[in-house]
Amino acid sequence: MFSGFDFDVIERSLPYLFKEGMTFTLTLTAMAMTGGIVFGTLLAMMRLSSYRILNVPAATYVNLMRSVPLVLVIFWFYFLVPWMGGWIIGANQPIQVGAFWSSVITFTLFEAAYYAEIMRAGIQSVARGQVWAGNALGLNYWQTMGTIVLPQAFRNMLPVLLTQTIILFQDTSLVYVLSITDFLGAAAKIAQRDGRLIEMYLFAAVVYFVISYALSHLVKRLQERIAIIR
Amino acid sequence: MKYNWNWGIFWQPAPDGTGVYFWWLISGLGWTLATALLAWAIALACGSIVGTLRTTPVAWAVRLGNAYVEFFRNIPLLVQMFLWYFVLPELLPKALGDWMKQMVPPWASFWPAVLCLGFYTSARVAEQVRAGIQSLPRGQGMAGTALGLKLHQTYRYVLLPQAFRIILPPLTSEFMNIIKTSAVALTIGLVELTARARSMQEFTFQVFEAFTAATIIYILVTLVVVVGMRYVEKRVAVPGLISAGGAPMAGH
Repeated sequence: MFSGFDFDVIERSLPYLFKEGMTFTLTLTAMAMTGGIVFGTLLAMMRLSSYRILNVPAATYVNLMRSVPLVLVIFWFYFLVPWMGGWIIGANQPIQVGAFWSSVITFTLFEAAYYAEIMRAGIQSVARGQVWAGNALGLNYWQTMGTIVLPQAFRNMLPVLLTQTIILFQDTSLVYVLSITDFLGAAAKIAQRDGRLIEMYLFAAVVYFVISYALSHLVKRLQERIAIIR
Repeated sequence: MKYNWNWGIFWQPAPDGTGVYFWWLISGLGWTLATALLAWAIALACGSIVGTLRTTPVAWAVRLGNAYVEFFRNIPLLVQMFLWYFVLPELLPKALGDWMKQMVPPWASFWPAVLCLGFYTSARVAEQVRAGIQSLPRGQGMAGTALGLKLHQTYRYVLLPQAFRIILPPLTSEFMNIIKTSAVALTIGLVELTARARSMQEFTFQVFEAFTAATIIYILVTLVVVVGMRYVEKRVAVPGLISAGGAPMAGH
């Protein structure tokens, strides 16, 4: 079965795969995670607000993002971001947004909807009395949220947030549809150039598996540690 | 800066002569639904079996089930799509591989897409089924044993009927996921809804109309599924058996 297998093509392309491809994948993952958690937490706070002007738009945004395929969202933003950018700075035509920033914006805004649902559950997992105690101490909304509720919510939801980030890491491979050189994109380019589809795609699968599996085990151990402390 | 809106575009004939663009999108929806439904059948069948195996007292079955779930969960769907489409025909015996490669166009990407989505989702279903069974009080299984039921009877008459009722809401979202993630199949050439919207955009340059239409169709499908599943939940509900709200799961 592996008689015609060319391991050499993998070795030859390792620098390209990791220096260009994996760097892009990890940078995109890290930026989208940071942006997504920040924006997602804001969305969660808006959704839990009693003001309709805050909770209706947040709920609409989250539900909209969650009912559309990621591939379609990637296409949407790829074409929408240049127009929005041009509109914001008042240019006469759509501005040029590089593939990198286009995908950072896409993944941040898309994942924010998923992080928002996790953070909403996290905020709700904090006992109501904690908020009342904050109010009784004379803290305002932002102080109560920032110093009492959110730290506990983050802690409760840390394993789920990290699991979502592993999914985000895997999802970034979908930038392939924009012909971007992320890890999979790099593997696909070499696969097509050298006619070595089997080797490159199997290798990509192994790399993704090893990273995701290792991370998910770390999450599991973290979960156990947190569970004991509580 | 002005974008030229043209909502009439949907009623203009498509270049391949099969009708107007509106029907183009609808035929894309047809492929999306066909892929999703067939894949869901695989996911539900395999997922239930694997998920159940992982709760049995048989050590090797648990390990096998865990390996299955880890395998499908830790490789990105797009990579799995490529494995099914490009790699599998090469690894199979030559006659079978050649037969797969020579399938007529829509089917050559349809079947790999169905299998890929089905097995990918089956790992997620297995995780839900396992969680559902393990959320039942341990006494349920013991009661089955005390009544003289064999292991498979305990599962068939005591554990699984309760577990499936509990996990109905997460299964609903898995079903909606499979409809959405079927869009990934456009990378191996399946002309489903997102692919149709994309090629409509390429032919007409009406980016936002095409994507808006696809988005609305996806939302409508989601709504239909939600309403349908709410009906199913009501139909199968057992009075007194309160389905617990599950913990939030990461996912799409």
